[in-house]
Amino acid sequence: MIAELGHFALILALVMATVQTVVPLLGAHRSNTVLMEIGKPSAIAQFFAILFAFCALTNAYITSDFSVANVAENSHSLKPLLYKISGVWGNHEGSMVLWVLILALFGFTVAVFGKNLPPTLRARVLGIQGSIGVAFLAFVITTSNPFLRLNPAPLDGRDLNPLLQDPGLAFHPPMLYLGYVGFSITFSFAIAALIEGNIGPAWARWVRPWALLAWTSLTAGITLGSWWAYYELGWGGWWYWDPVENASFMPWLVGTAFLHSAIVVEKRDALKSWTILLAILAFTLSLMGTFLVRSGVLTSVHAFAVDPERGLFILAILAFFVGGAFILFAIRAPKMALGGLFQPISREGGLVMNNLLLSVATATVFLGTLYPLFLDATTGQKVSVGPPFFNATFIPIMIPLLLLMAIGPMLSWKQGDLASAMSRLWVAAICSGGLGILFWLLNSDKPFTPIIGFAIAGWLGGGALKELADRVLLFRIPLINSLLRARGLPRSAYGMTLAHLGIAIFVCGASADSAWRSEVVFNAKEKDQTEIAGFNLKLQKVDRLKGPNYESERAHILVTKGSKIIANLYPERRFYPVQQMLTTEATIYSTVMADLYATIGEGDKRKGWVLRIWYNPLIPWIWLGCLLMVLGGIISLTDRRLRIGAPEKRVRNYKTAELGAEHG
Amino acid sequence: MTPTRRRLTFIGLGFLSLLVASALALTAFEDTLVFFYSPSDIKEKSINTDKQIRIGGLVKNGSLRKSKDGITVRFEVTDLNHSIPAIYRGSLPDLFRENQGVVAEGHLSKGIFRAKTILAKHDENYMPKEVADSLKKAGKWKGGNKN
Repeated sequence: MIAELGHFALILALVMATVQTVVPLLGAHRSNTVLMEIGKPSAIAQFFAILFAFCALTNAYITSDFSVANVAENSHSLKPLLYKISGVWGNHEGSMVLWVLILALFGFTVAVFGKNLPPTLRARVLGIQGSIGVAFLAFVITTSNPFLRLNPAPLDGRDLNPLLQDPGLAFHPPMLYLGYVGFSITFSFAIAALIEGNIGPAWARWVRPWALLAWTSLTAGITLGSWWAYYELGWGGWWYWDPVENASFMPWLVGTAFLHSAIVVEKRDALKSWTILLAILAFTLSLMGTFLVRSGVLTSVHAFAVDPERGLFILAILAFFVGGAFILFAIRAPKMALGGLFQPISREGGLVMNNLLLSVATATVFLGTLYPLFLDATTGQKVSVGPPFFNATFIPIMIPLLLLMAIGPMLSWKQGDLASAMSRLWVAAICSGGLGILFWLLNSDKPFTPIIGFAIAGWLGGGALKELADRVLLFRIPLINSLLRARGLPRSAYGMTLAHLGIAIFVCGASADSAWRSEVVFNAKEKDQTEIAGFNLKLQKVDRLKGPNYESERAHILVTKGSKIIANLYPERRFYPVQQMLTTEATIYSTVMADLYATIGEGDKRKGWVLRIWYNPLIPWIWLGCLLMVLGGIISLTDRRLRIGAPEKRVRNYKTAELGAEHG
Repeated sequence: MTPTRRRLTFIGLGFLSLLVASALALTAFEDTLVFFYSPSDIKEKSINTDKQIRIGGLVKNGSLRKSKDGITVRFEVTDLNHSIPAIYRGSLPDLFRENQGVVAEGHLSKGIFRAKTILAKHDENYMPKEVADSLKKAGKWKGGNKN
């Protein structure tokens, strides 16, 4: 019964979304306030209807109602509660419900928190957001209904793919969707602005909190996904340039560009059509990601069970929204008033370079991801484009970007002085050299290339810190006054510093891991031992254990260095009888400077087991760097000027304003 | 600087960076594209290259041998018309089994495929798309319309 109500709620949501699309857009067109106001309640109603459907589905999972086909195919009564719940989005149908739920959530936030938006803009944003809802709800109801019943109901379910039974994966999809579905709202803002033919600093300020929320969630989502792949797949790596990883990374790159160009719109009223274009592109890439993952055109770890009908449906949605957006853009963009002028060497100029490099980087990722599809479709030749391609194209484009990241924030708006910016960056130069030399001394026996990464990271990190120090005139005025200034700085300034520092730390981790990781594969009987990176690893014994819905073989590996016991590692190899599936549960001993990562493969007492051990230097820095970026995003979000409810006229701190400290 | 000149500067910069990126991508393609072949492709077109390639098919029944060191395995990859002997040193993916689909990356040397990586797959029913296609081409496909 509850499942039927859920199904009904989805249909109700579709009706609400249709109302939300048609009525406010019509109202805005005719300047009819009553019609425009309908957008708000319909967006709220649509959200609650989908929330109800989502809860109904979750309920079916928690109570193991196997008469619902979706539950029977993806759940099992013995599964732990957390995985019963995360099982809701561990499959195509359920994850689509989550997708539309988040889509409606963004419409809901505009309806509820968008009080200070001009009524016509708000009506149009809600209308566009509603139309995306219509398309995807229709998709869910007609091709991917999660509430279909099975008759007779099976006694037990087919269980969730064991790889997905993991805490990392429980939170990865919701975060990721919050990110890339979140770009729907910047898209809606962009289209609404195009319809109005009016975009300026106010628009940029309104769209910023949503863009930041989407960007922050996407960053967190990608990080969680990468972390999951790292410890769950047991392959020892954290990023594979897998097409589906790329599908979430491209919106991130363009979203990052958008966040930066929107600053120029807000502060200087320039780069307007470009910013609109980025908003459209970010969502286009999100939709394309959805298409790639769910249409079955790609073979990947993440691909859902698929049928071509669904792929076609999503392709049609993609064509409609993207085509429509670009036509509208082509008509309206040339008519936008030119904004503030600036010299190439200026803060604006720096942000333009940021945008150019990020866009070109996105283009190379795009090419590498889709080229195999293109070649297969045109010539039937099958190829794969792997990490070597991306390392050879993406990284050379990122290097100038990272170098410029330290310089850009030092330039002033309109017309900057490169020489004075560079002279202020002496700290960055010292950090760069210092970090490079330090890590070279520590790793003089290993390949040299990562040292370049460290030098760049030092430059970037030092630059970010120096920029903050200059703002508070650290060591130039009494410390107490500097602290007072620090309190007066806008939160977004801290957000930027943290995010840029995060990138620097991430670059260290990624550089070290790319060239300095080492690996040992050996066949071990009990009491056998091996060496890696100065550690001694001894296989003590292998036990057989029984978990709630699996059986496992668990090794006990003792790690020692000299005579000191460092750690006990327990890698497992699990067998899930319901799905007849084996999984490898890696075990990781993590310190600040490195991870020791072990997996156990096939084997038995007589022949021994295949053990695979990696020494992955600085991996924790990758997670730390990403965490700082997310934190930077969250802190920026709490900035006073982004509160829609806050008074229009900002109360500026006289001193920081004087320093030109307004920032994004 | 006039708006037009500013615009031209940035368009110029944009083109320049696109140009650099295309050059990078094209040279990278030359070195890094990994082509996929089925055992029949290799036999019939007598492909002989020392470049990295991928081969895929089924692990031939009864061909899997483990050597004494416990980590080197030999097996044959077949599309049921032809088969190619392969050798791999390392730990095998969880679902590597005889009569199951496999995709391996490595290079050919004297008719033997030296695999550097065996691509993992995650699901009993899952057949790599390339393998399914090459079985279909060889007229040996028995599965449904999966993939």
